[in-house]
Amino acid sequence: MREARRKTPEELLRLVQAEEASARNGRLKVFLGYSPGVGKSFRMLDEARRRRERGEDVVVCAVQPDVPPGAEAVLRKLEVIPLKSVGGGTAMDMEAIICRRPGVCIIDGLAYNNPPGVRNATRWEDVQDLLEAGINVIGSINIHYVAEVREQIESITGRYPTETVPISFIKCADEIEIVDAPPEESIERSSEDDVDASLREQQLSRLRELALVLAADVVDHQLAAYLERHGIPQHYGTNERILVCITPRANVQEMIQVARTVADRFHGELIVAYVHQAEISAADQAGLEERLALARSAGAEIEILRGHDPADALLDFARSRGVTQLFIGHSQRSGIWSRLWGNPADKLIRRSQGMDVRVFPQ
Amino acid sequence: MEPGRGRLKIFMGYAAGVGKTFKVLEEARALRSESVDVVIGYFEPHGRKDTIAKAEGLEMLPRKRIAYRGSVFEEMDTDAILARRPRVCVVDEYPHTNVPGSDRTKRWEDVEVLLDSGIDVLTTMNIQHLESLNDQIWQIAGIRVQETIPDWVVQQADEIVMVDLTPGALVHRIQRGVVYEREKAERALRNFFRESTLVALRELALREAAHEVEHRIVNEEATTRKQEGNGARTERQHKILVLVLPDPETAMLIRRAKRVGDFLGAECFAVAVQPTGDLSNLPEADREAIEQHLNFARNLRIETRILEGEDVAPTLVEFARRNQVTQIFLARPREWRWCRPFSLNLVQRIVRLAKDMQVVIVSPREPVMHEDPESVPQPDRS
Repeated sequence: MREARRKTPEELLRLVQAEEASARNGRLKVFLGYSPGVGKSFRMLDEARRRRERGEDVVVCAVQPDVPPGAEAVLRKLEVIPLKSVGGGTAMDMEAIICRRPGVCIIDGLAYNNPPGVRNATRWEDVQDLLEAGINVIGSINIHYVAEVREQIESITGRYPTETVPISFIKCADEIEIVDAPPEESIERSSEDDVDASLREQQLSRLRELALVLAADVVDHQLAAYLERHGIPQHYGTNERILVCITPRANVQEMIQVARTVADRFHGELIVAYVHQAEISAADQAGLEERLALARSAGAEIEILRGHDPADALLDFARSRGVTQLFIGHSQRSGIWSRLWGNPADKLIRRSQGMDVRVFPQ
Repeated sequence: MEPGRGRLKIFMGYAAGVGKTFKVLEEARALRSESVDVVIGYFEPHGRKDTIAKAEGLEMLPRKRIAYRGSVFEEMDTDAILARRPRVCVVDEYPHTNVPGSDRTKRWEDVEVLLDSGIDVLTTMNIQHLESLNDQIWQIAGIRVQETIPDWVVQQADEIVMVDLTPGALVHRIQRGVVYEREKAERALRNFFRESTLVALRELALREAAHEVEHRIVNEEATTRKQEGNGARTERQHKILVLVLPDPETAMLIRRAKRVGDFLGAECFAVAVQPTGDLSNLPEADREAIEQHLNFARNLRIETRILEGEDVAPTLVEFARRNQVTQIFLARPREWRWCRPFSLNLVQRIVRLAKDMQVVIVSPREPVMHEDPESVPQPDRS
């Protein structure tokens, strides 16, 4: 039996938030693809068909203008609320949808911008209104249109997307499903003969990787919410989280460099932590600032911890965040003192059950 | 003309019932409609109607019957496939272990034979069979998967496709009896198919698929660089040294070191240290344990060696220095005897001696404890 444990205020807050999120009325399911032609719309419409056949009240509220081959027949069997024309563009007919109150709305192209004159500027905001009104939504989106990966998309495709959905919207989806296929197939389907096929294949592979990682992150979020809801204080280690422990004089360059590489290769997270010490010298303060700046430029999340025992503070934090790898410096203490009593590195190694410790040259 | 090696494509899922076999058969049908010569070498219908319907009309080669301990088992007939020589062959359940008496121990070894003879193979597997994830699966599901497949076998695939389905939808399929019969379904839902386990396995599968995609991009870029004559890598090469002890934790250590090595593009070796330079002086149990660990490492394509030395710590660190090792991997001892002054344990001694390199102490993972073992996910009626 595990010992009963009182929840910290932060944990209680997260629990309340998790409950609120799951109490939102409508459910959102997202089909995520990495390229047009990979088959998201088809998969979405296929699910609509299955639900319809099981007697659910399914209504199509938005589809792409060019319906994928094979999907037309499915579409003909479903009820459709057509887009309405507003000031030279089109938008979902929100009044008609809310008035009709379907059990499930099928909404393709979540990233579309609405034309001026419509209440919401974008389609995903319309979706949010529908969810709040208690209507379930099944939508689809391409990785290209996720706001937070715009720079990466631009560096891969050379085009900067102007219509986007924030990642937070996708992360709060109740379900996500990735529509995966190797790039060669999607190239065949999009029949672009004039582009350099191998270059395009590499680009698509990069996008595919991005989409898979985003889906994994959404799933990680769901897992964390589940563990939170069920009061399970452990973590599964499905996502590698690297915690680099620094001190004002530590030789951190190599630590941060290796940590960054490991985090990137594992598509994991990088955190750099420092345990606050009262009354440090001006030189140490400057050294610390320099090291934190280095961590920041490596894109690490920075945590300043408090606690009178640094090892305890670090390990408590590491456990609460599901850290899988702890990076520390070799202790500079040697001789009789460390022989007798061990050194701080020993203490961290000794007490870090369930995670790996990587000790670095100093 | 000597045929080139066949192409390998793996349909990867995170649990039984996500639709891998269905997907692979769908692809086989699509190929046949393009007049490609495709046959089913082995497929496991599990009594699932949709899947069986997909196989209809495709050429299916008969299985080989093998008698073992009074029963007759059916395995893929690799010789029959070679004789038939199709362009593409469907082989379900890549990690399967053949019944004793078969020509090869593992189905993936049969697939190697097909690929070598120039036949393309479409196959299926679940993430939990990947060797390097064995300890993580133990942590997530509390199950030690016995039927594993070495990572290099999966890495050599030309394509890996993730077959995704939400856990809710999967549970719904199980409840409807699509995946298992009623009784087995109920048991499955209480054990392996609990919500958190499925969600965690799915996350692992997605991350693995992302890694496999990246791995192929990096390889391709390296090939391009080589062709353009810019072969020199600016990055410092990592080299990993793993210490093999008789302890059972060594298997976990080898897996973890290999996984990190694969992700970092590092070379890996595993060594044991003995005063005689061989295992002859050891008690039988220890000798067997070390031999088993070294064998296991070699199966994962890790080079192994037995070093000669009276004292493990300095011998290991000396060897590491001489061979430009950048990281030493050690298992965390189960019992940490540390309070006795002047008696440091092996890990502490190595950490003190190897101050000029990275030392990684790997900890065994324990299964996550659940307070509500009955918890079953909400079905998502998709």
